[in-house]
Amino acid sequence: MSGGSAPGTGHTYSVPELQNIAKELRRDIIQTIYTAGSGHPGGSLSELEILIALYFRVMRYDPKNPGWPDRDRFVLSKGHASPGFYAVLSRAGFFPREELSTYRQLNSRIQGHAHPMTPGVEMNSGSLGMGLSFALGCALAARLDKKDYMVYALLGDGECDEGEIWEAAMSAAHHKATNLVAIVDRNRIQNDRFTDDVMALDPLDRKWRDFGWRVMETDGHDLDQLLATLEKARTRRTRPTAIIAHTVKGKGVSFMENNPGFHGRAPNAEEFQKAMEELA
Amino acid sequence: MVAQRKMASTRQTYGETLLEMADSFPDLVVLGGDLNVSVFTHLWRDKYPERFFDFGPAEQNLVGVGAGLAASGKVPFVSTFSVFGVGRPFDQLRVLVSQPGLNFKLVCTHAGILTGEDGMSAHGIEDLSLICSLPSFTVISPADTVETVQAVKTAASEDGPFYIRLSRAATPVVHDDDYEFELGKAELMREGEDVTIVATGVMVSVSLDAAEMLEAQGLQARVLNVHTLKPVDEEAIIAAARETGAVVSAEEHYFHGGLGSIVAQVIGGNHPVPLEMVALQGYSESAKAEELMVKCGLTAEKVKEAALKAVSRKQ
Repeated sequence: MSGGSAPGTGHTYSVPELQNIAKELRRDIIQTIYTAGSGHPGGSLSELEILIALYFRVMRYDPKNPGWPDRDRFVLSKGHASPGFYAVLSRAGFFPREELSTYRQLNSRIQGHAHPMTPGVEMNSGSLGMGLSFALGCALAARLDKKDYMVYALLGDGECDEGEIWEAAMSAAHHKATNLVAIVDRNRIQNDRFTDDVMALDPLDRKWRDFGWRVMETDGHDLDQLLATLEKARTRRTRPTAIIAHTVKGKGVSFMENNPGFHGRAPNAEEFQKAMEELA
Repeated sequence: MVAQRKMASTRQTYGETLLEMADSFPDLVVLGGDLNVSVFTHLWRDKYPERFFDFGPAEQNLVGVGAGLAASGKVPFVSTFSVFGVGRPFDQLRVLVSQPGLNFKLVCTHAGILTGEDGMSAHGIEDLSLICSLPSFTVISPADTVETVQAVKTAASEDGPFYIRLSRAATPVVHDDDYEFELGKAELMREGEDVTIVATGVMVSVSLDAAEMLEAQGLQARVLNVHTLKPVDEEAIIAAARETGAVVSAEEHYFHGGLGSIVAQVIGGNHPVPLEMVALQGYSESAKAEELMVKCGLTAEKVKEAALKAVSRKQ
């Protein structure tokens, strides 16, 4: 790899290198969930490029010092999509890759839903709608401490049904949290069914705009577009920024793609083999 | 016979105590939900606007932002009415605050029926039950303004989630100014060997009155002020059961999950003796606080009767 990390300065991987990392980590996600026998593959696969762009190009952090006060913060609000998050965190050096096999097992620090006992995890999760409020708290702390870090919160689209998201959206604009970026993983599927069937969200861009946010949209799997959008979100900030990232639930595994059945279940042995062959 | 005590507002004391701590706790920030004048955090808001954040009546977000600030090294004091601060954002308190054990301080006023005229929806009679069910929380129910000052300062100094329960109405002052609050340690307010009245909050004053009435009938009642409900002073409660053989709990809270339940757990598991609970039996209504205290049976007379009953049940 030509890239690498210097603590606190972020990585310099090229887009093709990031795409290779994505492929590698998709295999980690499937392996992790298959080993555990449970977990949420759909959202882990849809969010992956967003996390890769953040952790391997955009954010500054130090995996050897997860609590470094100047770090950019990432808050996984859709905490069920933890296998994707763990794959990225371990690849970024927060904990050894072997630990992924302990996911959901007794005495592991890799919990079913992301919890700060895992190095690199900021917030406890598992109940939807809370991450944007927490991220706003982190963003306001930066102002109090006169620090220039950014705070990124990744929200599910189904999660935007929660009223607290909109309480937080309203207050982030009110308190002028310009260092706060909300990214919506717009994969259009929630727990039971398609979001349009459970609770229609569109026009989602107008909702955020009307709550006082700057809104950007991007393909959530195209790393060039993602990087450009995230870069733009760091600059010329006068409001908090919402990025609606259009993604495919289950991305990369043909039979999981756009399939509500793989929101929250592990592949069986046959499905596991097939998924790993597709991701080879 | 019943002592005349000075009345003072614990919520006003709270707001004033925050101001006192501003310099010694540079990371202290105050968060409110549009009830700042009522909870007296407007004093802080007007003096330290850069360390104050209002979120309107949106308590889930209020607690969530507080958790983010706590995780970033700030010491958030989050305040509203007990019904809004505990009931509405209970899930945020559970997931964001209690489970990671963040350094988060929830101070709620307008607890219990002392909220009076606003009626049953405004009466926080379940807050202790709810908050004591969250494993990481330390829970304090001060008896008066003197204790409130020290409870608030203790919460700021100690790490971890704290809940402090305050009232709307002014309440009797039962402590001298030189009182020393000790977290987790019940205060022996009156010695006695015939029965123990274990009280918290405003019922400490009521129980001291009851003890006077019992003395007139030839019974010596011990009175314990259990200001810290969690972790509770088991030792003092067990000793009371052992040494006096009968216990009365007295609280301005629903009888499920509050002080009475805690005392029952402690003595039931260690030294079973007759226990009578003076507490709220259900929802109340709109009326003056003092009228509700009488109608709901939270009076010295009722505590005295409960003590006599507990004594009569001794083997």
